[in-house]
Amino acid sequence: MSKKTKKKTTKRKSSKKEWARVDGRKPDELRPLIIESGVIPNADGSAYIEMGRNKIIVGVYGPREMHPKRFSKPNSGVLRCRYHMAPFSVDPRRSPAPSRRDQEISMVMTDAIEPALFLERYPRSVIDVYAEIIEADGGTRCASINAAAVALADAGIPMKDLVSSCAAGKYDGKIVLDLGDYEDKKGESDVPVAYLPKIGEVTLLQMEGIMTQEETEKCIDLAIEGCKQVYEAQKEALKKKYGMVEEAEEKEEETGEEETLEEEEE
Amino acid sequence: MSVKFETRDIVVPGDLLYEGRIRTGENTFRREGNVYSNKVGLVNYSKDRVSVIALEGTYTPLVGDLVVGMVSDIELGQWVVDIGASTDAILTVNDAINKSFRTNFDMTTVLDVGDIVVAKIVDLDRRRTPILSIVGRELGKVHEGFIMKITPSKIPRLIGKKGSMINMILRETRCQITIGQNGRILINGRNREDEELVVKVIHKIETEAHTSGLTNRIQEYLRKIKEDRK
Amino acid sequence: MSNTIVSRLKRKKIMDVLATGKRMDGRELLQYREWEIKTNLLVKSEGSAEVKLGKTHVVVGVKVGIGHPFEDTPDAGVMMVNAEYTPAAHPTWEPGPPSDDAIELARVVDRGLRAAEILDMDELGLVSGEKVQMIFIDLYVLNYDGNLIDACSAGALAALTSAEAPKFKVSKEDEVEKTDKTEKLKLKSHPVAVTVCKIDDSLIVDPTYDEEEVKDGRITVTVDENGNLNAIQKRGPVGFTVDEIKKCINIASEKAAEIRAIALAGE
Repeated sequence: MSKKTKKKTTKRKSSKKEWARVDGRKPDELRPLIIESGVIPNADGSAYIEMGRNKIIVGVYGPREMHPKRFSKPNSGVLRCRYHMAPFSVDPRRSPAPSRRDQEISMVMTDAIEPALFLERYPRSVIDVYAEIIEADGGTRCASINAAAVALADAGIPMKDLVSSCAAGKYDGKIVLDLGDYEDKKGESDVPVAYLPKIGEVTLLQMEGIMTQEETEKCIDLAIEGCKQVYEAQKEALKKKYGMVEEAEEKEEETGEEETLEEEEE
Repeated sequence: MSVKFETRDIVVPGDLLYEGRIRTGENTFRREGNVYSNKVGLVNYSKDRVSVIALEGTYTPLVGDLVVGMVSDIELGQWVVDIGASTDAILTVNDAINKSFRTNFDMTTVLDVGDIVVAKIVDLDRRRTPILSIVGRELGKVHEGFIMKITPSKIPRLIGKKGSMINMILRETRCQITIGQNGRILINGRNREDEELVVKVIHKIETEAHTSGLTNRIQEYLRKIKEDRK
Repeated sequence: MSNTIVSRLKRKKIMDVLATGKRMDGRELLQYREWEIKTNLLVKSEGSAEVKLGKTHVVVGVKVGIGHPFEDTPDAGVMMVNAEYTPAAHPTWEPGPPSDDAIELARVVDRGLRAAEILDMDELGLVSGEKVQMIFIDLYVLNYDGNLIDACSAGALAALTSAEAPKFKVSKEDEVEKTDKTEKLKLKSHPVAVTVCKIDDSLIVDPTYDEEEVKDGRITVTVDENGNLNAIQKRGPVGFTVDEIKKCINIASEKAAEIRAIALAGE
């Protein structure tokens, strides 16, 4: 367990120590981030993410025929996101049944991702995004969105942009980025944001706590900066699959075949 | 510079490929006068257009495509066939039999749920449902063999320029191979060893589809395995 | 058993290949796919295991909590096994309450552990009739390619063996407190489940999804480290001859030892 920050009221040592968070991070520092694509063989696309101690896996299926037909749309595809927590993902253990919180998060997650898709290309079809929270430590909806975006791109579903998500908030009087579970519970406010990095639009915005308007706007700006950092990691995760085989190719002698690209275009 | 990448660079959805007017090739879209990628893949700039060679994605049905599918349901006068696209395909009884359809006709005598068919897409109806036909040589119910699934976008690679890749595989393995544009491949060999070889080779092509020099490498691969067998 | 449509062609091919003594993926009839078991991957769980058996991928979490005992056993702890078929694991799996198959999976794994008396439940009491230790075992399926019972049973064993359970302190006023100390769970046995499938006349172990879809029936036998049988489950709308049943039990006894070694390898 990492050392906890001393509260302002306790005595400080004469050599002024820089204010640090419970895990020693700077106010604008993200937790360690790992993203991998293609982790569920059966899924059309998938991704695994670790954001700090969060561990989340997302599987994507679709576009596919939607059942029951009465929920399908004649002129557009439907995006269905499902956020679900494993019973052992939190302490104490929670029931495997979906909670109201799970349902709400599923909905805002769908809203966050839909603007990035071309749903009008898939009438009567559905794209299913299943996020499973294996271990939770604050910011799971953001992490789920990040993995979902990678999983959708991994599935080869056309997208206008990736979707990157991160939260900012107020903890111990300071505006901080990417709150962990402890900071979220003990802090003054949490603002999760999802962002389309190239298009420049916010697709998820929630806020909870007590902050001035100025503080809130600072949080949104900081969260967007966090989203941009996450975006870099998402791109790397997607390119990695190609990178490995390209290296193997470089080691072999080029045989001068140019057929690869031309025939693809036919 | 209008061109933002080099041909064969890896791009992701949302990447700006070209600033200004140019024809949009596969897997790209136009927004505010510029061209962007909508998939992960390799960008390709040619004289008059930019495209992205994507290596994942569901099958997009095209009229004229040969597909391999499974009958998933029977409706009045038509079979519903799963071809792995965003919607199921339809095969009408009128196409399957030469007589006019009577409602007391037992459709399962021709095709039943769970049967595999090789068919051609002859139309996309007004709701973009693929309409199939099994009229033609080598079309119809499949009685022997097994199906291997690969990503549809890699099928051209499996076929090769003017069939160079697939013909080589057919020659070396002596198996019957029917390639569905929907990524489903029907394989039937004279012995299990040959069939397993086909599966290995197709899997290798699928994994290395985006690299160059593949045809030669596959030829080497096949030759080596046959050497080892002796 | 699922009610998805099975391709007749697939069944015919699998059976033709089985008749030659091999499987579609080149394995022998009684050969398992490659196992990969990692333990202690979850920080918030007292025990955990990640199992990959071929492409089948499951995560097992063990959590130890405090709860109310059953009325008739006021001093015994409670063990519960739950299985989750996540919709991400297979294109035909949908979100919703546990399916029949998920319920059966949980119950078969539970029965194997319980009948083998893997834990002495009487040692888990805290305050008689009021508070006892609860051992929750959650089986989480992430990718389904057949043989969930064997994968989850091995995962449960690995997770229980490597678990660090909290030590509880009971005060004079019957207040239960979790101390900072942890200890390994006292496991009294190491049961392992082995499933044998019958496809026509062939008996195979470790079926893939395709093989499970076309099988006629299966028998799962849970065996402990002394070679005793702890549980048997027969499924499938077919009959097994007594001879076949004996063969299955023999196969299970032999394979259980192999799997046990893999599941306990980390310790």
